Amino acid sequence: MGVEQKLGNMGVVTTTLETAVNWARTNAMWPMLFGLACCAIEMMSAQAANYDMSRFGMELMRPSPRQSDLMIVAGRVSRKMAPVLRRLYDQMPEPKWVIAMGDCASCGGVFNNYAIVQGVDEVVPVDVYVAGCPPRPEALIHGVMTLFEKVKGEKFKDLVKA
Amino acid sequence: MSEYQLQEIPVGPYKHLVSERAISGETMILNMGPQHPSTHGVLRLVLELDGEVIVNCIPEIGYLHTGVEKNMEAKTYLKAEVMTDRLDYMNNMGNNLAYVMAVEKLVGLDVPERAQSLRVILTELQRIASHLVWLGTTALDLAAMSVFLYCFREREIILDIFELVSGQRMMVTYFRPGGVWRDVPVEFESAVRNFIKIFPKRIDEYEALLTKNPLWLDRTVGIGKLDAATALQHGVTGPTLRASGVNWDLRKARPYAGYDQYDFNVPIETKGDTYARYLVRVQELRESLKIVEQALNKLPIGPVRSENRKFVPPPRSELGTSMEALIHHFKLWTEGFPAPKASIYSAVESPRGELGVYLEGDGGPKPYRVHWRTPSFDNLSVLPKIVKGHLVADLVAILASIDIVLGDIDR
Repeated sequence: MGVEQKLGNMGVVTTTLETAVNWARTNAMWPMLFGLACCAIEMMSAQAANYDMSRFGMELMRPSPRQSDLMIVAGRVSRKMAPVLRRLYDQMPEPKWVIAMGDCASCGGVFNNYAIVQGVDEVVPVDVYVAGCPPRPEALIHGVMTLFEKVKGEKFKDLVKA
Repeated sequence: MSEYQLQEIPVGPYKHLVSERAISGETMILNMGPQHPSTHGVLRLVLELDGEVIVNCIPEIGYLHTGVEKNMEAKTYLKAEVMTDRLDYMNNMGNNLAYVMAVEKLVGLDVPERAQSLRVILTELQRIASHLVWLGTTALDLAAMSVFLYCFREREIILDIFELVSGQRMMVTYFRPGGVWRDVPVEFESAVRNFIKIFPKRIDEYEALLTKNPLWLDRTVGIGKLDAATALQHGVTGPTLRASGVNWDLRKARPYAGYDQYDFNVPIETKGDTYARYLVRVQELRESLKIVEQALNKLPIGPVRSENRKFVPPPRSELGTSMEALIHHFKLWTEGFPAPKASIYSAVESPRGELGVYLEGDGGPKPYRVHWRTPSFDNLSVLPKIVKGHLVADLVAILASIDIVLGDIDR
């Protein structure tokens, strides 16, 4: 569906700025190229030929946190990695979102022990949790689409920090 | 003056590892990782640089330390297997095999012929999948994007086969002590045959893109030379060792799971550089395919798990009809089986080298100590020696060529 169909005969379309900005954000969201463990392999699969996440405007994985909007925490976060993860998150410019991919990132998964942070939400605020060990690429893409739904409903006044 | 100023790494903690020139400030200390697209995981490298030439390289590991070994001690022998998938996450079937072989050795369990053949087929498919990820990501690091897409296309076919037999793409837990989880479905054979048919041509495609490509040769030939003596000193195994001219493959040297029945070659290269390691792995793709085909051709008919009910849980179908089976089922899944007070070591050839498990039983249903001898850990130890004098850009190629998996290193 191109923009012509929306415009109709009038050549004019009315919308709110919020909707337009959110629409733009969902169509060019740059995830950070940040893999931790097993889930990172499935994240690569999601980027590769069979699943091809670039259909959703996400083909550009940025290796630098300063250029990315979305952090996909793909894998288990150890206690040694947690401060690094937080620092990377702090380096990302606003607005930013986080997807906890997989059971380990969501809740510790099978590793209920001394080494693994029991859910990455102890360290950074998480928007979407994707279940699975590891989640299939389809599940990750579904998680991303869920995040898009969330972004589309965002209000400017919520994003502005007091 | 702002917080965005370039932060220099202090020499202090690395004083004993860097040269004199770093302390005087003549050379520069640079941090690489743990978040870096080319470190193949969360590896941190502290580099001492003279201009762009590497003077020293200090790997710092532990960013993915998972406590797998400790966790396994808290679980019964049957349940601990779930942890093994997540160690070296490119070699799930191989990890399962190493672990179940160790348990079988500890308690003295026999494995039916059909299960052995299935194990060989699936482990070799896993080796191909692992090498495909290696080839794809290495090529991606050296800016050959299309190879990555091709390799992952073929890897998906293998993952579909895994999903067919186990219900999972990666964390399969398919091999069990005494056999495999359950028999393969009827579609299995045609799925594997289809892969055997199409894959040789695909290997030719990768080779057409890389093997004689001048850009690829420029980046790999003569880079990161590893001689056989150094490799053996550091306990390097697998394709990395075989690229240095040492003929050592556990499948030939200490055959397990019936590998002595199959006719295959162990590819050897003598140069020991990044290009040699690439050639060895590409040839291994073909050899593994040969093993898969042979094993599939003579896949025997019969049971896929041992009938020894003291160690192997009965199949689901028996639970409704046999009281004995029900008792064994509950016994094995709640209490587990006791293993003798003994310690054993058992090793397999993983895509990265010798993957060994040390198991110590204390007479109870849980292992007293589990230790993994992981190939990536030993292979990484040789990195500081072979990167000296190379450029930073070559470090990426060398690191990729020794094929480390951080889950394997940090455990």
